[in-house]
Amino acid sequence: MTTLKTKQAIPAEGHLATTPASEARARHTPLVPSAGARRVWLTLLGWGIALLIFFPILWMVLTGFKSEAEAIADPSLIFTPTLESYVAVQARADYFKFALNSVVVAFGSTLLALAIAIPSAYAMAFLPTRRTKGTLLWMLSTKMLPPVGVLVPIYLIFRDFGLLDTRTGLIIVYTLMNLPIVVWMLYTFFKDLPRDILEAGRMDGASTFQEVVYLLLPLTLPGIASTGLLSVILSWNEAFWSLNLTSSNAAPLTAYIASFSSPEGLFWAKLSAASTMAIAPILVFGWLTQKQMVRGLTFGAVK
Amino acid sequence: MATLQLHNIVKRFEGTEVIKGVDLEVNDREFVVFVGPSGCGKSTLLRMIAGLENATSGDIMIDGKRINEVGPAERGLAMVFQSYALYPHMTVEDNMGFSLKLGGVSKEERQRKVREAAAILQLEPLLERKPKALSGGQRQRVAIGRAIVRNPSIFLFDEPLSNLDAALRVQMRIELARLHEELDATMIYVTHDQIEAMTMADKIVVLQGGVVEQVGSPMELYHHPRNRFVAGFIGSPKMNFLAVERVSASPTGVEVRLPGGETCTVPVDGSSLRDDALTLGIRPEHLQLEPEGPLSGRIEVIERLGGVTSLYVRMQDTLVTVSADGNVENRVGDTLRFGFDRACAHLFDAEDLALPSLARHPLAGLNRQDNRAPSVAGGQ
Repeated sequence: MTTLKTKQAIPAEGHLATTPASEARARHTPLVPSAGARRVWLTLLGWGIALLIFFPILWMVLTGFKSEAEAIADPSLIFTPTLESYVAVQARADYFKFALNSVVVAFGSTLLALAIAIPSAYAMAFLPTRRTKGTLLWMLSTKMLPPVGVLVPIYLIFRDFGLLDTRTGLIIVYTLMNLPIVVWMLYTFFKDLPRDILEAGRMDGASTFQEVVYLLLPLTLPGIASTGLLSVILSWNEAFWSLNLTSSNAAPLTAYIASFSSPEGLFWAKLSAASTMAIAPILVFGWLTQKQMVRGLTFGAVK
Repeated sequence: MATLQLHNIVKRFEGTEVIKGVDLEVNDREFVVFVGPSGCGKSTLLRMIAGLENATSGDIMIDGKRINEVGPAERGLAMVFQSYALYPHMTVEDNMGFSLKLGGVSKEERQRKVREAAAILQLEPLLERKPKALSGGQRQRVAIGRAIVRNPSIFLFDEPLSNLDAALRVQMRIELARLHEELDATMIYVTHDQIEAMTMADKIVVLQGGVVEQVGSPMELYHHPRNRFVAGFIGSPKMNFLAVERVSASPTGVEVRLPGGETCTVPVDGSSLRDDALTLGIRPEHLQLEPEGPLSGRIEVIERLGGVTSLYVRMQDTLVTVSADGNVENRVGDTLRFGFDRACAHLFDAEDLALPSLARHPLAGLNRQDNRAPSVAGGQ
């Protein structure tokens, strides 16, 4: 008798248990969007924001392919693309000379900055003193100074040392300009490295130099790479110093763009074509390395 | 093969003295364990021996030579870190051979030595792997292998087992003891775990607040702690401490009044005793259920471990731990009487120093080597 009762009770209980659950499911379906719909919305939002940010660049690229008349006409997406602006731009100034200057100056200053910053950041991260934090903040505070404030002294120093309109001069200025950020970033990456690993290296007989070459650099390579990339981009885009300290020989692409705003008025199509050519290399470079950049910038966060 | 002497080692960090004059002698092939609560300075002491930290004053001597100014690599020591500190970008083989590579050893020689060490630690199948593809225990073995490859005069271990789970810890403990036999090297081991200290050490150094509280063999520390701190730190579960009152004191024993009002005589030398308020120390394993015993209390908590049952008994205002038989049938709330072996009891004066026992425990002089059969001891 008892067994029969239990046997009957099980399906009854099971039934009771499933009914409210399935009812709840039915009620909730329209309210909670499925994972798929959510993903679609997020993707659309992502594309929307990306397009908004990218729009000025897109417009510039499009304008570069218009004729001067179309460029100043009502904004329109429908036009006959032409290369006439590019031809005109190239006829007026040698793009490749400026581009080479940009490459040499951006990469040269980045390498020099890394060469100075790696030992500095090593000392600050692994052999800190009471003043390390203060020194770091002070270094960063120099970035808050408007560059124009030191333009005259730097100009005079450059004139006296014969550095005006030389790549060496620009490399020096860009190195000094980026050094605080480069040291700061490397410092945070180095600080994330467990001290034990370097100490193990020291126990294994590594000199400070070997410690840096065999352990520190390979282990913080993502961080160093993203720091270097940032430094290259900042140097590439820098305009203030390049316009003031160069004229023709060492002028990089920023000076090249500026040369198209002429006294007789702005030629939008030519200016856009020149700008497109100026940013194209760094844009492609950025796309190719963006995975590395993101990885480096989130280095400590995801560990 | 090396001895180590520390003479009056002091370490100050920005004005704070963390090591306050440590003297220590480590004999050749000895397994010495530094043990103490966190912040007692045991790791700092080890790091000073390693050369990763400078001593503010004092002498660190290896084989009689002062090495304070010698760099960590030139000291001929190897260290195993708590975090293992493996080089994540190198394979197990490169990790173990790194010191040889820096030392300019040829590739063939390097490979041979690494394989030798790998064989001792059963690491051969893992040589091509990177550390992230290893389990915690395997990583630990690689870290030990890296130390073996250097063929150091002294091995230093900084809490090497504290990142492992309990089961693996026991296994690695046994493996380390075996390794000590096999390598026949001097080892210094830092831990906060008194069980590791008790099971592996030839000599335990108990540290607290930068001061050496006592140095001795595990059995010496267990049976003859110098003070209340060592008594409480060594042994698990912890020793019970009861506040007692002196009734009379003589060179052959001290009579004290127990919390319940009864009196008993502890066989310690009371000839220089001045204080009236004393502390009686009894280990949980030395308390027994005794219908006529001098102590009584009410059971508050029972922990049954199977073989042993821990009873937490309220005696006046102290909670006393009793290690009873696994089969005791008592319940929470029962009031029981307890007795204890007077010879195993410890008496501490008002300064928490132990009064000297009248008889030395027969095993107090025993060290780990004495556990071995003579044939095994001579075998390696």
